[in-house]
Amino acid sequence: MEEMLREYLPILVFLAVAVGLGLVLILAAILVAVRNPDPEKVSAYECGFNAFDDARMKFDVRFYLVSILFIIFDLEIAMLFPWAVAFKDLSMVAFWSMMVFLGVLTIGFAYEWKKGALEWE
Amino acid sequence: MLQADLTIILPEIILSIYAMLALVAAVYTGKDKAAPMLVWITSALFVVLAVWIGMNGEGSTEAFGGMFIEDAFSRFGKVTILLSAAAVLVMSQDYMHRRGLLRFEYPLLVALAVVGMMVMVSSGDLMTLYMGLELQSLSLYVIASLRRESAKSTEAGLKYFVLGALSSGLLLYGASLVYGFSGTTLFAGIIEAAQGDYLPLGMLFGLVFMASGFAFKVSAVPFHMWTPDVYEGAPTPITAFFATAPKVAAMGLFARVMHDAFGGMVGDWQQIVALLAVLSMFLGAIAAIGQRDIKRLMAYSSIAHMGYALMGLAAGTAFGVQAMLVYMAIYVTMNIGTFAFILSMEKDGQPVTSIDSLNLLARAEPGKALAMLVLLFSLAGVPPLVGFFGKFYVLRAAYDAGLVWLAVAGVVASVIGAFYYLRIVYFMYFGEESEGLDGGKSAMLSGFLMASAAIMLIGIVNLFGIETPAAMAAAQLVN
Repeated sequence: MEEMLREYLPILVFLAVAVGLGLVLILAAILVAVRNPDPEKVSAYECGFNAFDDARMKFDVRFYLVSILFIIFDLEIAMLFPWAVAFKDLSMVAFWSMMVFLGVLTIGFAYEWKKGALEWE
Repeated sequence: MLQADLTIILPEIILSIYAMLALVAAVYTGKDKAAPMLVWITSALFVVLAVWIGMNGEGSTEAFGGMFIEDAFSRFGKVTILLSAAAVLVMSQDYMHRRGLLRFEYPLLVALAVVGMMVMVSSGDLMTLYMGLELQSLSLYVIASLRRESAKSTEAGLKYFVLGALSSGLLLYGASLVYGFSGTTLFAGIIEAAQGDYLPLGMLFGLVFMASGFAFKVSAVPFHMWTPDVYEGAPTPITAFFATAPKVAAMGLFARVMHDAFGGMVGDWQQIVALLAVLSMFLGAIAAIGQRDIKRLMAYSSIAHMGYALMGLAAGTAFGVQAMLVYMAIYVTMNIGTFAFILSMEKDGQPVTSIDSLNLLARAEPGKALAMLVLLFSLAGVPPLVGFFGKFYVLRAAYDAGLVWLAVAGVVASVIGAFYYLRIVYFMYFGEESEGLDGGKSAMLSGFLMASAAIMLIGIVNLFGIETPAAMAAAQLVN
C-alpha cells in the first residue's frame, strides 16, 4: 500500500506546485500591481467600441452544431496521430480497428450532411 | 482468437451495423416516410435476436480477455430488454405517427440504446461498463426531447442530460478510485483486490460513488428527482420505453458490478443497497398519493418498484438475484400493459394524462377497465396476481438473508402504495359523472393491454417458467 501511494507522490507535488503557482500569481497581481482606475478604464467595451447590446443573447443552434462537429474531427485527428506514428509496429487488428472507427465516423458525417446540418442558408 | 471474440458479441455487432446502415439508407431515400417500416424492421430484429440469444446461449464465455461476459445472467437481461423494447416500439408507432413525431431516427436511436443496454448487462470491465452506459444514456437523452417544439419535452431532455451527466461523473470518479486501489479495471481483478474485512478506505469510497451512479440510473431514492419530470415531459411512448428496458439494464448492471467486482465485500454494499431500497419504497408509495397526472404517478410507482427490486439485490445471495430478475421481468410486463392503456387515453383526439379523466370508465368501456383493474391490482401486489409473487419473492429473499426489518418495511410500504393504485380503480368504477374519454380505436394497444392483463392472471400457474432461467442466471452470477 505504502509503496503504491509513493508512486503517486509526483502527482501530489505537481498539484501543490500548480495550486501554489496559481495563488502566487493572483496574490502578486493584488499586492504589486499599480491600480489607478477611472470611469473610462473600468467601462465595458468591445473591440474598442462601447458595447452594442446585452451580452446575454440567444445564439443560433448551428454554432453549437459546428463546434460539436469540430470537436469530433479534432479528436479523430488526436487519435489518428499516435496510430499513424506507430503504424509500422501495429498488427492487422489495430489497422482494421481504426478503419472500422473511421467507417462509423463517416456514416455519422454522411447522415449530418444529408440531413442538412452543414447548410448555412 | 479475435474471431471467437467477435462471435460472442455477434448480436451486438449485428444490431449496431443495422442501425448505422438503416440511418444512412433512410436519410438518402425516403427520410421520415421510411419510419413506419423501420419501426417494424427494428422490432422484428429485436425479437429475432431475443430468440437467438435465448435459444443458443450455453454456459458462460468471455470475450476480449474478460471485458465482455456472456453468461446466463446477461442472456436473461438481454432477452428481457430486447422483447420489452420491441413491444414498446410497436405500441408507440400509431401514437407517434398521429402527433408527427415518427421520425426515422426514433427506431434507430432505440436500437442504439438497446445495443448500449446489451453491453451493460454483459460488461466485465469498468471500461465496457461505461461505454455501454453512455451509449444507452446518450440515445435516451435525445429521444426524451423528441418533441422539439414542446417546452416540456425539451426540458425533460435537458434535465435528464444534466443529471445523467452528473451521475456519470460520480460513477467515473468511483471507478477511478476503484482502479487506483485495485490496479485493474477488470471485474475479475477487482474482486481479488476487494476481499476481506480490512479494505482500503479509497476502495470503499469508490464503491459508494459507483453505487450512487447506479442509483441515479435506476432512479432509486435519494437520486430519483429527475424521474417524475422526465416521465411527465417526454412523449408518452418514450416514457413507456424509459420505464421498461433501461431499468432492466441498469438493474442488471448494478447486480453485475456488486457481485462480480465487489462480491468479496457483500457486507459493505449490502447496507447501501438496503438503504436505497427502503427509501425508494417509502418515497414511491407516499409521494405518489398527491399525483393527479398518471405519468407522474407511474414515475413514483417505478421508483417504488425499483425499491423492491433492490431489496432482492440487498439480500446479497443467489436467491436474492433470482428474486430481483423475476421481479424485473414481472415489472416490465405490467408496465407495458399499463402504458398501452395510458397511450390509448384520449379526449377529442388529444392525449390526456389526468387521472380525473378516468371517471366511470367502466361504464363506457368495461373490458378495458377490467384489464386495467387487473394490472393495477397486480402493480399493488394484491394476491393472487403475478405482481404479488414478484413481491413475495423479494421479501422472502430479504427474510432468508436475515434482513427481517427490510422485509417488514417492504410490506408496510406496499400497503401504503396500494392506496393510489386502488384509487384509480375507484375512479374507474365509482367516480363522479364527467366527460369521458374517446373510445379506444387502436386494436394494437388494446391487444397489448389485454395480453399483459392475461399474463398477470395466467402467470400465477407457474410464472411462465421464468424461475428456472432466473435461477440459472443468478447461480452463474453469484459464486
